[in-house]
Amino acid sequence: MIPAAFEYDRPTTVAEAVDILARNPGTAKVLAGGQSLLGLMRLRLARPERLVDIGGLAELRGIRALPDGGLAIGALVTYREVLDSALATSRVPLLAMAIADIGDVQVRNRGTVAGSIAHADPASDMPAVVLALEASLVVRSGSGERVVNATSFFEGAFVTDLAEDELLTEIRIPAQPTGVGMAYRHLEQPASGYSIVGAAAVVGRTGGSITTARIGVTGVADAAYRASAVEAALIGTDGGAAAIAAAAAHAAEGVAVGSDIHADAIYRAEMARVHVRRAIEAALGAAG
Amino acid sequence: MTEQVRLTVNGVPRDVEVEPRRLLVQTLREDLGLTGTHVGCDTSQCGACTVHLDGRAVKSCTVLAIQADGHVVTTIEGMAPDGGLHAIQAAFWAKHGLQCGFCTPGMIMSAADLLESNPDPTDDEIRHAIEGNICRCTGYHNIVAAIREAASTLRAGTDVPAAANA
Ligand SMILES: Cc1cc2nc3c(=O)[nH]c(=O)nc-3n(C[C@H](O)[C@H](O)[C@H](O)COP(=O)(O)OP(=O)(O)OC[C@H]3O[C@@H](n4cnc5c(N)ncnc54)[C@H](O)[C@@H]3O)c2cc1C
Ligand code: FES
Ligand code: FES
Repeated sequence: MIPAAFEYDRPTTVAEAVDILARNPGTAKVLAGGQSLLGLMRLRLARPERLVDIGGLAELRGIRALPDGGLAIGALVTYREVLDSALATSRVPLLAMAIADIGDVQVRNRGTVAGSIAHADPASDMPAVVLALEASLVVRSGSGERVVNATSFFEGAFVTDLAEDELLTEIRIPAQPTGVGMAYRHLEQPASGYSIVGAAAVVGRTGGSITTARIGVTGVADAAYRASAVEAALIGTDGGAAAIAAAAAHAAEGVAVGSDIHADAIYRAEMARVHVRRAIEAALGAAG
Repeated sequence: MTEQVRLTVNGVPRDVEVEPRRLLVQTLREDLGLTGTHVGCDTSQCGACTVHLDGRAVKSCTVLAIQADGHVVTTIEGMAPDGGLHAIQAAFWAKHGLQCGFCTPGMIMSAADLLESNPDPTDDEIRHAIEGNICRCTGYHNIVAAIREAASTLRAGTDVPAAANA
């Protein structure tokens, strides 16, 4: 119930935060909304020696419109703030589609989008979403800023490209191609609400054939991934039911499909195909 | 090592000395004696500990007291500061929205968050809004009815019926 004792820092600038991380290699952990980290600490599955509470960093707040039609989401933006943002829900409807079902009201009021991405739980929803949106992740450390494409960020279960002294500061979502539709479909574990499989689709047609197909998949393997075999099979087709089903059949190709008490690998792979198919169908239904 | 934290709890500034690892729910219950906020689980799932932090429902077992430093907390004790019942409390009573009552404070705080942003929710929206609150007794039916009733009382802007305050 009670976390083990730790040292606590509450920096007031990003520069100060990354400085603390640099001076405490391997022992400091970032604390954002705490919805994953505090639970792990209470069960003593995590015992960080030092918490760097980024909750006071005004620089990381807010959702900004990018001049190219995209969106920048600061690291402290909660799920609730995304759902309440007319800018976010109109520019990138996929965000709200996935977020509405994450956890519960209390978790969405406190949990951050960036925290979920940094945590990289293999059953979490946001990784699939940022993959399908071709988002990039802005990362800061004492040695400066770098921008990582979501496609090279998720490396394994709870493992990302973030180094221990790095802070994820912003999620940048580029303008999406005109006329695309978006959808999120998932099979929820009924008690926890986490995704056994989740599929995010951004799909569009030009002149009768599919020209954009970006599919992010979570829950199936150790890390969320782009279903590139599905995308390749879908591009150039008419996007009819047969073409979608044929493409979705590749949903679990090229990954080591996970197996646990909720779903064995055979069932999980089948559910990946089903939910990828449904996400593509719904996205095309929503396309302009 | 302890740190000085200032919370505004139910409208009153409160200064407490806490270890950084102290959970907000411990501070409310043990340091401030506000035992209306309950603890029902170890896994952030039951919602019995739900309070408002800056006006939003949160699970106070999954927030450090020190994270709430400088912020505004409302607990079930603060819903009707005059000693009467808040419209949501009155509706839980009138509609039998509780049996043992363990989940009730958390349910009411989640309902209050919902009704603030959505004064006329459908039953589906009510059920979605209390997804983070587990009730072992009622089967939820009467809780949904109570929240629906509270919504209509609050929309009408009428005072809580005198009988409920008696
Ligand atoms: C009851 C419950 C139900 C849930 N259901 C779902 C669900 O259905 N789907 C789903 O996807 N998720 C679910 N979650 C998980 C939730 O989405 C995450 O806990 C939350 O978004 C994490 O964000 P946070 O701000 O709370 O992060 P924290 O818990 O503060 O941090 C999580 C991890 O990320 C690191 N971190 C956080 N921010 C940064 C940053 N800016 N830079 C570097 N590292 C950082 C921390 O060091 C820590 O390791 C659920 C959680 C709970 C408690
Ligand atoms: S005590 Fe169960 S969610 Fe907080
Ligand atoms: S009334 Fe007993 S748990 Fe809800």
